[in-house]
Amino acid sequence: MSVTVSVTVNGTKYDVSDVEPRLLLSDFLRETLGLTGTHVGCEHGVCGACTVLVNGDSVRSCLMLAVQANGAEITTVEGLGTPVALNTLQAEFREHHGLQCGFCTPGMLITGEDLLRKYPLATDDEIREGLSGNLCRCTGYQNIVAAIRAAAAKRAEAVT
Amino acid sequence: MKPAKFEYVAPATVDAAVEALRAANGEGKVLAGGQSLLPLLNFRMTRPAVLVDLNGIKDLSFIELRGDRVAIGALTRHREIEQSPLIGSKLPVMAAAMRYVAHLAIRNRGTIGGSLSHADPAAELPMLSLFYGASLLVQGPSGRRTVAAEDFFVDALTNCLEPEEIVVEIEFPILQHDGWAFEEVARRFGDFALASIAVSVRRRASTIEDVRVAVMGVADTPLRLKEVEAKLRDIAIDNQTPDRFSGLVTSCVSANGDLHASAEYRHHLLGRLARRAMQTALATKG
Ligand SMILES: Cc1cc2nc3c(=O)[nH]c(=O)nc-3n(C[C@H](O)[C@H](O)[C@H](O)COP(=O)(O)OP(=O)(O)OC[C@H]3O[C@@H](n4cnc5c(N)ncnc54)[C@H](O)[C@@H]3O)c2cc1C
Ligand code: FES
Ligand code: FES
Repeated sequence: MSVTVSVTVNGTKYDVSDVEPRLLLSDFLRETLGLTGTHVGCEHGVCGACTVLVNGDSVRSCLMLAVQANGAEITTVEGLGTPVALNTLQAEFREHHGLQCGFCTPGMLITGEDLLRKYPLATDDEIREGLSGNLCRCTGYQNIVAAIRAAAAKRAEAVT
Repeated sequence: MKPAKFEYVAPATVDAAVEALRAANGEGKVLAGGQSLLPLLNFRMTRPAVLVDLNGIKDLSFIELRGDRVAIGALTRHREIEQSPLIGSKLPVMAAAMRYVAHLAIRNRGTIGGSLSHADPAAELPMLSLFYGASLLVQGPSGRRTVAAEDFFVDALTNCLEPEEIVVEIEFPILQHDGWAFEEVARRFGDFALASIAVSVRRRASTIEDVRVAVMGVADTPLRLKEVEAKLRDIAIDNQTPDRFSGLVTSCVSANGDLHASAEYRHHLLGRLARRAMQTALATKG
């Protein structure tokens, strides 16, 4: 059995035929579309590395079938900013040294974007609670929290 | 770490989904948020021949007031429940518990019907369905029937549904209470609970008129503790009440130990959470 999947990823429309229904969205993004920014760690929803935005909401791309994304708008880390024009959160990650090996970073950034949109993030506790579904083996999290705290402050400035 | 092959169908109605399950002859499985099923498929711990995706069924996603009850469609996402002003005002204990359900990305996909059907002994919504005395409307080849939450959870990860039945919606009676609390401890925020308790209290002056209590993480299914509820009815409230409540709760559960915590630790933890919950429930109004 195979199906056709039509999705918009980072503003580009893709129509892919011959997709097996069992293909995970994470593998569709990485292998079929060649967008390897989305990382795959655990494939059971625990590490958060594969998190992408689907119609604006963060989801685990390893826990969604590509066929379920038919018709959706997806944003991966490649869609946030470019090396010469980082978005606010990416710039704060650089500023605060919020990454070391970078494996968790795509998931941290996408999760951070969704948290910034949905929660006040007024305290570090709230930021840590929001990040609890994303594992990092390098940084010890302090600088990731600092980067998100700074991005939340910038967002508050922009609003007022 | 990738699912085995399956046929994929995405019916537009519950009738068509039940028909697809029937046609699959016991080899079909329903897919809702996928936040518990996809890990099982990825590990090949389950290998259904047909996957029946409910996500295209639009009228399964709603939260509505029906007199003295709140009805929630089976496909309603955790995140929608977390944000719903109706849940916040009518089912405040549920509203308070939702931030403990996994993580934002999982709440964006996971559904109430999936959580109840998956029947994890340490999941919040199954416990809350017992706490509120909810009833589940399920549909199968021979029509619809209603199942009380207390009959629904048979064992760890086991519900009472027939293979061709689908949960359609869940009705939660609105509880009258003067105070309530939800307490939970997990190893990491958003993880499944090591122990958790929900309590609500209705009082008449300084007497307890009625108590509701449910716990989880300490048995193969969540539990509503009717024994404890009966023992506290018409009891005068004093500063010993939280301790007394804690003693009653721990005396009627025997916790299971596992990799994450020993039986002794869970038992101790539940006692502490019970005391704290009763203190809060007696201190708050609402
Ligand atoms: C990392 C991680 C942490 C988590 N932490 C928590 C937590 O702390 N607390 C918590 O409660 N949950 C937690 N979850 C589970 C999450 O809440 C799931 O969303 C939920 O348990 C299952 O809901 P679902 O909609 O994703 O169901 P699915 O995964 O789609 O389905 C689960 C099961 O239910 C069946 N099913 C689904 N819908 C129906 C229906 N309408 N009728 C009949 N059968 C149906 C499926 O066939 C399957 O067997 C966690 C998950 C992950 C990956
Ligand atoms: S790879 Fe998806 S959560 Fe780990
Ligand atoms: S920077 Fe290496 S895992 Fe997070």
